[in-house]
Amino acid sequence: MGDILVIAETLDGEVKRNSLEVFTLAQQLKSENGKIHCAMLGQSQADLGRFGVEIVYRNSDVQIASGNSEAAVNFVSKLIEEIKPEFVMSGASFFGKDLCAQLSARHNAVLLNDILAIESQDGRIFATKPVYGGKVLAKLSVTGNIKIFSLRPNMLELKENAKTPQIREMQGNSNRLKTAVKEAVQVVKGKIELTEAEIVVSGGRGLKNAENFKLIENLAATLGAAIGASRAVVDVGWRPYSEQVGQTGKVVTPKLYIAIGISGAIQHMVGMSSSKFIVAINKDKEAPIFKKCDYGIVGDLFEVVPLLTEQFKKVLHG
Amino acid sequence: MNIVVCIKQVPDTNLQIRLNKDGSDIDRENLSFVMSPYDEFAVEEAIRIKEQFPDSMITVITLGPATAEDVLRQSLAMGADEAIHVLDTNIKIREGLITAKALAEVIRPLHPDLVLCGRQAVDDDAVQVGGALGELLGFPELAVACKALIDGNKRNATIERLLEGGIKQLIETELPCVITCQKGINEPRYPSLPGIMKAKKKIVKQIKMEELNIETESRILIHSLEIPTIQRKLHLIESEPQAEVRELIRLLHDEAKVI
Repeated sequence: MGDILVIAETLDGEVKRNSLEVFTLAQQLKSENGKIHCAMLGQSQADLGRFGVEIVYRNSDVQIASGNSEAAVNFVSKLIEEIKPEFVMSGASFFGKDLCAQLSARHNAVLLNDILAIESQDGRIFATKPVYGGKVLAKLSVTGNIKIFSLRPNMLELKENAKTPQIREMQGNSNRLKTAVKEAVQVVKGKIELTEAEIVVSGGRGLKNAENFKLIENLAATLGAAIGASRAVVDVGWRPYSEQVGQTGKVVTPKLYIAIGISGAIQHMVGMSSSKFIVAINKDKEAPIFKKCDYGIVGDLFEVVPLLTEQFKKVLHG
Repeated sequence: MNIVVCIKQVPDTNLQIRLNKDGSDIDRENLSFVMSPYDEFAVEEAIRIKEQFPDSMITVITLGPATAEDVLRQSLAMGADEAIHVLDTNIKIREGLITAKALAEVIRPLHPDLVLCGRQAVDDDAVQVGGALGELLGFPELAVACKALIDGNKRNATIERLLEGGIKQLIETELPCVITCQKGINEPRYPSLPGIMKAKKKIVKQIKMEELNIETESRILIHSLEIPTIQRKLHLIESEPQAEVRELIRLLHDEAKVI
């Protein structure tokens, strides 16, 4: 009892940052006698003992490594049956949330996806989760023998706690799979993941056309930032959907969010309002975004943004 | 092809949300409700498959209060054939597995070849029904499809999806299966006027939640709700552009300490 099973996702041989955050959450939540177990999806030699993990379960199955959720569910399910953990936790990626949904039904377990925090009060478990796209924060009490959670990225500072974990190699997937990942390619390499980025530079309709996003790209490259976009510019096809920030896109939580030519519709604001600092550059002084930001420049973005990129270059790169 | 689409009615995403007086739920009085945007993609996808395989049959199902019938009528007007309404008096946040179990009970006797859902309903944001339905029905489930290719003759489905880190996956499975739809999969059509007229005359089959043989006690209960407010004091920088930019960088460096 009291054990925690963390599902760790990997990319290019590294455990994802979001998964490392889940280990930190597990350390906070774990009871004295509880152990932290890790189901490793894909291959990584990362030292998870640093994050308090006591047992790492690996599986060399290629379908698990290529992101087959059916294979991953089978792998994790077997571990749940064996370990009988009180908590199963994952990062709140698309893959992680889907995995948790399937596991919840297979084990008749209670699930909350995309939580911000968990607390234990007098033996009762409460989780905080954004609902209505983040327009409301719900504190929810959660009961049940197995409780499954996925944690939103960037919610925790990593905490280390040296352990020397046991490594257990698990059998490949013996069950016949109904699904097959035929292809898994990284279509954009070296791009910073929007949901995990420390700085996000976003553009809206104020850019007037797709070509002008070059201004956003240049500024983002200078800052080492991820690129975001408003729904309006995604809907007209200037930018891919993977860059959409907002209730029907991605929720971002960077240290710095720079909104350029974005008026600030509620739909967009809920996707970025948890950023630590928000900068807005807009020519309309009455734009709603100015009510929800820390620093604002009222001006012509076509004039301001190139100057800003140039100045940042001088300051950051000499 | 026998296609089932699961949809939900949610508050319009363009509206601000407030809490009711005692803070136990959101204030529903002044809200308008719409079909959850990702569910519209699911309905549209079903119609496109039917256009390809004309002897297909599309059944839309929703679980919700009486007013949720609107989203069924909208789907019928878009081109769905039949509609089932699981009438549920509960409107508050609760365990998503209850919804999935209720839907599975209703879907099972329909013996679908394909079940389509939105990637999530944008009210509870539980992201649970699609994945759980796959398990409960014993079907493979493919989440967040931004492209779907269904072959009714070969009885297989191939989807494309984009995951974090710029990973694009191509996944193949057999029918029957569950697919959850992501933005980008299609452009939902507007209902046509004749479609709307026809939809008005159709009968929506009603099933009461109590008639289903499932446990409805939620293991998730609301403790409290709050509207998040991060207080920000706007520092408006007004000068000529060169000076504005320099001042902004100074503030980000010295005051905010983020660069």
